[in-house]
Amino acid sequence: MALDARGPTGEDRASRPHDEGAQQQGEAQARGEAPGQMKDYFRQKVWLTWAVLCALLGAGFYALHLDFGYVGQKLPFLLGLRLSPDGFIQGAVLTVFVTGCSMVCALVVAFLTALGRLSRNPVSFAIATFYASLFRGTPLMVQVLIIYLALPQVGVVLGGLTSGLIALSLNYGAYLAETIRSGLMAVPLGQREAAMALGLPRWVAAWKIVAPQALRSIIPPAGALFVSMLKDSSLVSLMGLWELNFLAQSYARASYHYMEMLLAAAFIYWGLSIVFEVVQQRLERRFGKGVAARGSHAAGPGPGARNV
Amino acid sequence: MDKTSPPLVSLAQLNKWYGSRQVLRNVSLDVLPHERLIICGASGSGKSTLLRCINGLEPHQSGRVVVDGTELTRAPKALEIVRREVGMVFQSFNLFPHLTALENCTLAPIWVRKMPVEEAHATALKYLDRVHLSARAHQYPSELSGGEQQRVAIARALCMAPKVMLFDEPTSALDPVMIKEVLDIITELAQTGMTMICVTHEMGFARRLADRSCSWMGARSSNRERRMSFS
Repeated sequence: MALDARGPTGEDRASRPHDEGAQQQGEAQARGEAPGQMKDYFRQKVWLTWAVLCALLGAGFYALHLDFGYVGQKLPFLLGLRLSPDGFIQGAVLTVFVTGCSMVCALVVAFLTALGRLSRNPVSFAIATFYASLFRGTPLMVQVLIIYLALPQVGVVLGGLTSGLIALSLNYGAYLAETIRSGLMAVPLGQREAAMALGLPRWVAAWKIVAPQALRSIIPPAGALFVSMLKDSSLVSLMGLWELNFLAQSYARASYHYMEMLLAAAFIYWGLSIVFEVVQQRLERRFGKGVAARGSHAAGPGPGARNV
Repeated sequence: MDKTSPPLVSLAQLNKWYGSRQVLRNVSLDVLPHERLIICGASGSGKSTLLRCINGLEPHQSGRVVVDGTELTRAPKALEIVRREVGMVFQSFNLFPHLTALENCTLAPIWVRKMPVEEAHATALKYLDRVHLSARAHQYPSELSGGEQQRVAIARALCMAPKVMLFDEPTSALDPVMIKEVLDIITELAQTGMTMICVTHEMGFARRLADRSCSWMGARSSNRERRMSFS
């Protein structure tokens, strides 16, 4: 879908101001402007460009002659502000619930898998690689259906929601494991050695030295995975759960308002993923301490200021 | 130098292999309290490996390493005791990039020595002042020059009040101006009577600082100690 939230992702926006910022800093300094002023100038331009692009998008929708009245009528259901007829959460609320639970489980699974892949124990290593290979190599939809339909045949009967959560967690856990593993490996060996030489106990070194540095490289790709998980959570509708995508499609079919319902759902997904992106940016800033300082230092005049 | 006291670091018949390659062959070496030992030698001759065996960053295959009366074994307890008494400064600084200079210095005293936070801060500031960097305490390593980073690394090691300091080519990653500032700090530290073992290629500095120095005869032959007198 053209309105997929993949367009202006958080990564794009997060990295661009940095590169162009550095370049513009040079230009601005050549013109004799203060660095703060130039930063504001950059931010204004970014917002302005966003506003223009949003206006263009809006104009496009206006040209489609959509029935906004119908959208307004169904919006509370899509957003999940009302419970479904059987009294369960639905719509966007269910989507967020499924994604949130799967995120937590996927993180746990991924962390254990990453440790297994880095382990010297052959059995742990084999289990971790087998799991990661199997779940990365097969389609998510097949996994969802197998867990929901095939497990009952061997006596394990799971509800639709539970099956969906398990499938999403296992699938994304396999991808996330690689992200976490690469993040752990990106921490230079010298850091661990310095911690050892200081006599720090292993868990202190892991928690205070390795984890914060690994997180810095884990957060951006993990953020991208979670945004993608948000949209893949629509697969739980296969098991009769009334999440956002399912509701949009059924309203669309019932009323022939296909464009309205699909666009409304797309915008709700986009809004949610923007929230994810903001959270990701905050975390990046928090764990970028010491690295981000390099940029701000170069911008600010002071003793020992160096150009990067 | 106190000739009568027992050695602070004692290596006896130390052997170390990387796979099938022998890096250290029958190295025996005693370092007395307040002694300053400089180790020179060709690259790849096992100088750094020797230092890393003293605080157990590298396990040795045979022979004995005794630091301040504790024999270094694979036992975590022995490693813990030895590392507490041995400070190490690396060629590539290895400061923790996500922590400020001050936090780099307070981490180990707080978590290993269980020092109260205020006391750890005061100690860290004292040692940062000693390396002339108290004004930079709240800056991150990326905001410091190479020489400043290495001085913070020295302060970080000193905060643990070690009995012996190991320097593994502390100036090899620095330019000449920074080399001088770091060597000056090490010289000042030597004047306080700190026991130190330093691997370096800076011969002038070695001559000024050393009580004693050894040079390696290369990796393949035995690492024989050769006493050189500089006076």
